Amino acid sequence: MLSPTVMEEEDEVLQVLEVGEAVEEVKEVIISTIEEEIRRSSPLNSKTSQDDNWGETTTAITGTSEHSLSQEDIVRITKDLEDSVGLDCRHYVTRSIAVILGLLVFFTPLAFLVLPHILWPEKLQSCGTACEGLFISVAFKLLILLLAVWALFFRPARAGLPRAFVFRILLAVLVLLFVISYWLFYSVRILDSQDENYQGIVQYAVSLVDALLFIHYLAVVLLELRQLQPCYSVCVTRATDGETRHYNLGQLSIQRAALAVIEHYYCDFPIHNPALLSASKSRAAKHLAGLKVYNVDGPGNNASAGIAQSQSRAMIAAAARRRDTSHNELYYEEAEHERRVRKRRARLVVAVEEAFTHIKRMQEEEPKKAPGDVMDPREAAQAIFPSMARALQKYLRTTKQQHCHSMESIQQHLAFCITNNLTPKAFLESYLTPGPTLQYGKDHWLGRRWTLISEASVTSGLKDGSIFLLKCVDFSLVVTTRKIPYVQMSEEYIDPKSHKFVLRLQSETSV
Amino acid sequence: MSFVPGQPVTAVVQRIEIQKLCQGENLILGFSIGGGIDQDPGQNPFSEDKSDKGIYVTRITPGGPAEVAGLRIGDKIMQVNGWDMTMVTHDQARKKLTKKREDVVRLLITRKSLEEAVKHSKGSHPRQ
Repeated sequence: MLSPTVMEEEDEVLQVLEVGEAVEEVKEVIISTIEEEIRRSSPLNSKTSQDDNWGETTTAITGTSEHSLSQEDIVRITKDLEDSVGLDCRHYVTRSIAVILGLLVFFTPLAFLVLPHILWPEKLQSCGTACEGLFISVAFKLLILLLAVWALFFRPARAGLPRAFVFRILLAVLVLLFVISYWLFYSVRILDSQDENYQGIVQYAVSLVDALLFIHYLAVVLLELRQLQPCYSVCVTRATDGETRHYNLGQLSIQRAALAVIEHYYCDFPIHNPALLSASKSRAAKHLAGLKVYNVDGPGNNASAGIAQSQSRAMIAAAARRRDTSHNELYYEEAEHERRVRKRRARLVVAVEEAFTHIKRMQEEEPKKAPGDVMDPREAAQAIFPSMARALQKYLRTTKQQHCHSMESIQQHLAFCITNNLTPKAFLESYLTPGPTLQYGKDHWLGRRWTLISEASVTSGLKDGSIFLLKCVDFSLVVTTRKIPYVQMSEEYIDPKSHKFVLRLQSETSV
Repeated sequence: MSFVPGQPVTAVVQRIEIQKLCQGENLILGFSIGGGIDQDPGQNPFSEDKSDKGIYVTRITPGGPAEVAGLRIGDKIMQVNGWDMTMVTHDQARKKLTKKREDVVRLLITRKSLEEAVKHSKGSHPRQ
């Protein structure tokens, strides 16, 4: 993402990337200003006067630039944007259109029935038994339609998607055209001619409501049923640490598929822990550190792009040839870490089990103890927490999870476990293994704002081989799609009586 | 030594004549046979083709009449006194070998080393 553009310019800048590792977002800002400085200060043939110390002095600017932001600042700004009200107007517009359409649809049959009575009551034939029966039918069908529309369309919105929902728009347009055509027919044939056959009018209103129910059936099939049958298998990978999951989805548009993936992400993927990623970055930094490129041939070369390529290749070759023992270090470090984690875990388990033995549930038949002795769950949790606090804190620090759990949340969880008679092992489960993002407090759902990056249009359907990215503030999810193959199954009948066996004979006779 | 159904079986055979030894009431030949069309050919350790259901020599009593006559372990018996042994059941083979009235059995046996010996020498032996 960044390296190719930088390497075209000057290769010494390569060193800058490795040193300033902690503030990744900043690099984009800083290096562009440095490039502008270069362009401003020296003309394009600045390769003639290369300064060996240029790399070192440039790194000093990284820390003191006016544009510097830290990771926490970025997260805070993003959260502020989330809380702003700006984009809700789209939501309100959708809601209001839906309500208007609903009211139109609901009151049209009633209007059809009532208008003849208002406009030409004396000419109207009286309503017979069959006609009155149709009134009941209209009433109940309207009630069912009302409930069905409320159930399908007036649910709380799960998400704000980038583009409008194509099927909903189609259905709204269909309903609108339908109702308008009915009104057209009604106004021309019935209002103008002032038809006296009231039964016919009532039947007309009933046919409208029937057709609306069928359109609602179409809406259910298009919006809900069509994507239930699994058609595609998507593979979701988190870019930072490679966690992968596979899900089966039906025929969805890319934005709806992305929404389904995000909802699964919150349940299935263990929480993103940036503290675990720093080790590999420092290892990567050590690989290229200490290598500098000198252009010995002098300034007379014309093929500048060729120089850049050969210089980078030289760097890669030199780094590969260097006898480095980082794999050794990694192996022993990991073994040591594993041992340490296991030791702390053992201490933690023992401490928690011991702590849980100190309290027990008070039985009703026991003679009433003094009020000071009887505790509610919260107090009980606070009473036994200090004995396990140290072991738990040490364990969390070793596994780099200490920022996910605050003291308050741990005590709350302890009170919850005590109330529901959970064993010490059940209490520890949420600390021993990193759980899904939903398990942690709201402040850990870093960025509920996701960006969908896709080459195909987001309202087009999922296809075999379509790839899109879901970018969050800290990480991104890469989603690839594969079509579930068509399965051709054939049957073979086995008669239960056909299972017969013989002994394998091998006799030997002496003669 | 596998055969193609419908085609004549050809093999290089050796003629062996065994005199039966009188041991008490029985006349014994001093070897054991295995195989037969009613047996499982896959368990025959001596046959090259594991679908060969012929009669094979599985054991030879040391110093017995069979060993003296030149029978070796792993030989496939093709004929006994003119009776065919390639398509018989185990019991039929046993009966043909242990007829009380005969005290001499003339066997036609074949083994792999015979074929190789014929290949190495010039010309081929006429099959009996």
